[in-house]
Amino acid sequence: MQELSQTAFLVAATLKVLAVFAGVMGVVALLTLLERRIAAFIQDRLGPNRVGPFGILQPVADGLKNFLKEETMPATAAQPYFLLGPLLSLVPALVTFAVIPFASPLPTPWGVVDMIVADVPIGILYILALSSLAVYGVVMGGWASNNKYSFLGGLRASAQMVSYEVALGLSVVVVLIVAGNVTLTEMVWRQQQMGLWFAFPLSLAFILFVISAFAETNRLPFDMPEAESELVGGFHTEYSGMKYAMYPMAEYAHMLTSSALMATLFFGGWDIPFWRGDDAFRHEGIWIQGFDGEGSPVPAVLAWWKTILTFGSFAVKTSFFILLYMWVRWTVPRFRYDQIMQLGWKVLLPTALAYVMVVAVTVLSLDTVGVPYGFVWGAILTMVSALCTAVFLWVVDRGRILSGAAYGLRERYRIQARTLGREAVTPFGVGGSGTTA
Amino acid sequence: MPPKVKVVRRPEPERTSYLRATLKGMALTFRHLVNPNKVTIQYPEERPVLSPRWRGTHRMEVHADGRPKCVACGLCPTVCPANCIRLVGGEDDQGNRYPVVYEIDEFRCIFCGMCQEVCPVEAIHVGVDYENAEYTRDRFVYDLDRLMEQDHPTALLWDPSDPRSE
Ligand code: SF4
Ligand code: SF4
Repeated sequence: MQELSQTAFLVAATLKVLAVFAGVMGVVALLTLLERRIAAFIQDRLGPNRVGPFGILQPVADGLKNFLKEETMPATAAQPYFLLGPLLSLVPALVTFAVIPFASPLPTPWGVVDMIVADVPIGILYILALSSLAVYGVVMGGWASNNKYSFLGGLRASAQMVSYEVALGLSVVVVLIVAGNVTLTEMVWRQQQMGLWFAFPLSLAFILFVISAFAETNRLPFDMPEAESELVGGFHTEYSGMKYAMYPMAEYAHMLTSSALMATLFFGGWDIPFWRGDDAFRHEGIWIQGFDGEGSPVPAVLAWWKTILTFGSFAVKTSFFILLYMWVRWTVPRFRYDQIMQLGWKVLLPTALAYVMVVAVTVLSLDTVGVPYGFVWGAILTMVSALCTAVFLWVVDRGRILSGAAYGLRERYRIQARTLGREAVTPFGVGGSGTTA
Repeated sequence: MPPKVKVVRRPEPERTSYLRATLKGMALTFRHLVNPNKVTIQYPEERPVLSPRWRGTHRMEVHADGRPKCVACGLCPTVCPANCIRLVGGEDDQGNRYPVVYEIDEFRCIFCGMCQEVCPVEAIHVGVDYENAEYTRDRFVYDLDRLMEQDHPTALLWDPSDPRSE
């Protein structure tokens, strides 16, 4: 298993870039169709099924339509920024995929090609940096349109994305503590070595990450920037034709990337569960499968069919999260704006902070006691996290912190009754609740 | 309290489980997602089954010799709430009244079916038909020839299997 030569590396890198770019764009196109089909199925309809078998060519028809449509340019819009907006939101969504490993390394006659576009040492930091750039696209588009609905959408986007970036970052910090490195290849490797996906030992971080990722991608129930029912079309009200199409494309690309990220960070990336044979990691210049009892490395057995199998595993996990995104979208209604801010700052941020502490202390004590990194190590962390998750869900569940409109209504009735000096008659019964009355 | 008022007691906010409610919703949407009984009608291949009382575009009944049955009594333009029937009556040499001009603007029509109810000789009918797309707007003013050419079934004033509309 020799090293790739300079030329072979260049060729491999170019091929990977092309394949991943084409793949991501293709999947994004198909996702637009999938979303419409799933929406239809959930509403007991059939959805677009006319263009090609099962409507598979619908994205092509949509694309053609968008290209042929007139591009309107609002007279009062700030031209350069108006044009820059869609670009700025699409590009970061596409380039973040570069650091996500999508299969086990592929052995070729010219050397081993790792299945990741760029295995840069900054890994997840690159993703965080670029994905937070995407908010500029939305804000810029909203602001430059010179339209009050777009403007409101842009403002909401900035507030929401900045708020949830914090919780997202903190839940990633927890993963970093356990993985000990920021490259995603190493995170996958550490999950393989633990024999447990991080979703279990870091269950609370996983929940926080999923919630924040929903908010970051502006998907329902966090689609405040778009909010069709109140803001016409939100930040993209003024856009038309292909410029408009770039916003949904960016949204789906974001969805794809964050689903892949969830799969990589918490569901073992391309790892196939209950099987050690696919494990591979570049350790001191050689590909190893793990360490034997004395701590000397066991070389990995790479094969092309393992690459395909692991890619399948990665695809399944990613599609699971994509389906989750869509499923949630067609189930849960939109939050109120103040509820979103409350959830972000009053619930997710303190929880994430506290959880970082808990995990850090647990990891430190495990290492001090001398438990070797592995399944037992993970199992102890799993129990600690399960406890945290249970407490978190118990607190969040009953609307103690975040409450719906009914709560405020009941309060109003009670205050009214107090000023009138008689018992409160509310839609919940006479007298109000026993807990606070 | 009147006897038939249903009082919905909302659960107390503190006694509502937000998570359980969300999961219940997810389960419901999932059941619909996998439910094979969809309501979509695959239109050109499948057609909806219309009620015999369906009121669609009009049709004029004709005598065996091809003359319209209408006797230009003027009742239908009078009763029409949308005022969309234009009628100019005439009389032939035997003294029979017939419509010289009879036009219905199907765009203005609200398909109430009162023209059919009021007609003394059962000439004008609303029809069981819904495929009325045209390329130009003026094609929606149906003249007498067009009304006589229509061959879709005419609407019944009541469903024979359910004469009292129950
Ligand atoms: S159906 Fe009603 S609205 Fe239409 S032409 Fe007859 S009377 Fe007028
Ligand atoms: S009511 Fe009947 S007979 Fe009288 S004008 Fe109308 S269509 Fe002719």
